[in-house]
Amino acid sequence: MEAKRFPYQLIKTDTPPFWMRPLIPVLILLTTFLITAGLILTARANPFQAYYYFLISPLSSQVSFLEVLVKSTPLMLTGVAVTFAFATGYYNIGAEGQLYAGAIAAAWLGIVLGGVPAIFAIPLMIIGGFLAGMVWALIPALLKVRLAVDEVVTTLLMNSIMAYIVSAILNGPWRDPNSGWPQSPEIAENTMFFKLIPRSRLHFGFIVGLAAIAVLWFILTQTSFGLKMRAVGLGKPAAQFAGINVGTTTLIAALISGGIAGIAGVSEVAGIQFHLIGDLSAGYGYTGVIIATLGSLNAIGVFVASLFFGLIDTGAQTVSRALGVPVYLGEVTQAVMLLVALGMYLLQRYRIVRRA
Amino acid sequence: MFIVEMQSITKRFGDLIANDHVNFQLRKGEVHALLGENGAGKTTLMRILYGLYHPDSGVIKVKDQPVVIHSPKDAIQLGIGMVTQHFALVPPLTVAENVVLGYQNSFVLNQTQIEESVAEAARRFGLEINPKAIVRHLSVGQRQRVEILKALYRNAQILILDEPTAVLIPQEVDALFETLNRLKEEGLSVIFISHKLHEVTQITDRVTVLRDGKVVGTVNTADVTQKELAAMMVGRETFGVSRSEANSEKGAQKPMLELINLCANDDKNLPILKNICLTVFEGEILGIAGVGGNGQRELAETICGVRQPTAGNIRVDGQDVTGKTPSELTRAGLGRIPEDRHEGMVVHLTVTDNLVLEHLDEFTRNGVLDHKAIRQYAGELIRKFQIKAKPNDITRTLSGGNMQKVLLARVLARQPKVIIAPQPTRGLDIGATDYVRQQLLEQRQRGAAILLISEDLDEILALSDRIAVIYEGEIVGTLPAAEATPERLGLLMSGAVKEH
Ligand SMILES: Nc1ncnc2c1ncn2[C@@H]1O[C@H](COP(=O)(O)OP(=O)(O)OP(=O)(O)O)[C@@H](O)[C@H]1O
Ligand SMILES: [Mg+2]
Repeated sequence: MEAKRFPYQLIKTDTPPFWMRPLIPVLILLTTFLITAGLILTARANPFQAYYYFLISPLSSQVSFLEVLVKSTPLMLTGVAVTFAFATGYYNIGAEGQLYAGAIAAAWLGIVLGGVPAIFAIPLMIIGGFLAGMVWALIPALLKVRLAVDEVVTTLLMNSIMAYIVSAILNGPWRDPNSGWPQSPEIAENTMFFKLIPRSRLHFGFIVGLAAIAVLWFILTQTSFGLKMRAVGLGKPAAQFAGINVGTTTLIAALISGGIAGIAGVSEVAGIQFHLIGDLSAGYGYTGVIIATLGSLNAIGVFVASLFFGLIDTGAQTVSRALGVPVYLGEVTQAVMLLVALGMYLLQRYRIVRRA
Repeated sequence: MFIVEMQSITKRFGDLIANDHVNFQLRKGEVHALLGENGAGKTTLMRILYGLYHPDSGVIKVKDQPVVIHSPKDAIQLGIGMVTQHFALVPPLTVAENVVLGYQNSFVLNQTQIEESVAEAARRFGLEINPKAIVRHLSVGQRQRVEILKALYRNAQILILDEPTAVLIPQEVDALFETLNRLKEEGLSVIFISHKLHEVTQITDRVTVLRDGKVVGTVNTADVTQKELAAMMVGRETFGVSRSEANSEKGAQKPMLELINLCANDDKNLPILKNICLTVFEGEILGIAGVGGNGQRELAETICGVRQPTAGNIRVDGQDVTGKTPSELTRAGLGRIPEDRHEGMVVHLTVTDNLVLEHLDEFTRNGVLDHKAIRQYAGELIRKFQIKAKPNDITRTLSGGNMQKVLLARVLARQPKVIIAPQPTRGLDIGATDYVRQQLLEQRQRGAAILLISEDLDEILALSDRIAVIYEGEIVGTLPAAEATPERLGLLMSGAVKEH
């Protein structure tokens, strides 16, 4: 026998205790705080104060609260997009590229729909963005369904291709003729999303995001297609045996996923930037994967997770402005929090026990 | 004195008590049966002993020492091995690799060395198996032998066998019992779970009966009859099911299922079904008898649309359905019971979801699920088929027998024209077996054509109107039930003769 063994071990449990659930967010915050406090101290700031600015102060003024909602808008859309795919067992990592596909469509439609009344122009932009995202998602989806090519690889590669396409467009035909910047010309005023609250940045895209959450909930829980998606996601052979067309179901889910990611691009172009720019998305497509996972692939979870990520996004800026610490500290904190959160969700399935 | 003692073990799942103050004692060198209906709590108790579940209360003693078993690793260290209802082998690896997996300490595996040591162990324990074989290519019986070998290789002194015979053909059962008897001589203690009473009386020394999570009693096998055991299990007398005479007086019989020169390949892409020609008529049960591994599984899969035929045709009620998708087959009136529960049901979905999965269209209006109708339908089937589960339970948590009932309910409730029933009573308790057989007979009475594929000759003889024997992928003879004697079938099954 080994002479000395660590006296405690981790044991997988079949049933995590019910009181764990509400405790987990608290534990995530506490652990993240402990891990990052040292870093904050080296930046010569008070960790408690930093955390106040990070998590509480964004909620304490109307302006910053609205900013939280603004930040969570694209995340809701990409979170929903990724959930559609993941729930069906199709691991779409390509929401980032699909978002840009939608954004290109929006930047183009925003110009050609110049004279059209907003009430037609905006729905057309959303539909256009949906179709563009869908088309971009089609290639990997077909490769998966027809030839069983792994979608994680293809969707990820499609992101790089899209990044080059965007950069080619912006440095070529769409370079802003007035400023010479690599950005597309400004979209027409009637195609810009209206503000939900005057003089804020909160725009119609937020409503679109809420609608996407509602659609996700409806499809997953209320429709036969949603049940088919879940059946395929949870057990392909059995779904097939029961007569579900696995290929078609996967294909449709992948396309919906791409389409909704495309709408996220429309929302950023028409609601915030009014141009297509190279860094339109701060990795929203990838954050969508995390939001879908932390939201445990259901609508309410995705909603809560995107609000939370909107909050820490906003908080990161507040902290750096208020305490003069680098913005990167905010990003580090976010990243740590993410890892801690993923770790917690994993660890809640284990118990610590003393070795006999 | 006792090698294992479980005292007052209680285990709850939510508000269900799977084990209720269970006392269980295993003597050294005995084969001890755990008996009980589906869902009585046998597997749960054994999973506790093997460290897969943790009891809410109770004490476990191994060799008179109180122990806490946190994980299978602890159990293995205490000399406990378990062969589960669902095997835990890695199919692409060889037998030898599977046996040493997680046990070998050295980082680099020396293939020849482990193969030799596994072969040596196999010889010593009398378990005939080729250590170089890839597990994916093994039959179920052989896989089980690998599992047993795996446990013994880890020096198990206590072996838990959860329904080991459910998947075995009679010859394999005999071989297993021989092995168990020999191992028993060497001091191995065995816990043996089975629903087949003749096996229990044949192989075990003592029996502990569970009912609804409680121990009904522990008895010496020699002191009781099978009837008494059955009564202990279900709390009442049981009756077998037997076939009423064929309803052939209906005049001209209508062929409902026709297999015409059907050929198919196995997983290795070698021909496994050779020119199968069979017809099942309306209101008839055609039994397919045969030693396991002679193409039965592939036959069922081919008819069910899971495996594509390489030649030949399949007709259901006169309509050619060759190459159709599963949902088209269902619509054509084919009731398909899958042989492997885990491949036929999405075990991570709820019981309700699985019950309606095959005919979602009927519970959908404009694409929206009619939850009320679904709840009603599922509730009705759960009641009618006596499934011990709540509608929203995740199917994975059901006991093996109850999972089987979910599958049967899904198919039989549709009153299909043709029913494909491979091993329909595998893993079912006596009551449930009777129930399923009764159901099949009722379906036959209603006019369904049933293809019953079973390795249990008693089942074939009890239910079939006609019996076809399959040997190496060929039908070597078809007899009316009245002419079929076990001897004659045995000759056909062994491939010694052909009758056409
Ligand atoms: N992980 C679980 N979660 C919830 N319920 C469970 C779980 N495991 C078992 N059960 C329930 O506990 C009861 C006992 O199940 P168990 O598998 O022990 O039955 P069993 O006696 O082995 O039956 P069978 O003969 O059908 O295999 C069943 O009602 C089952 O649904
Ligand atoms: Mg069991």
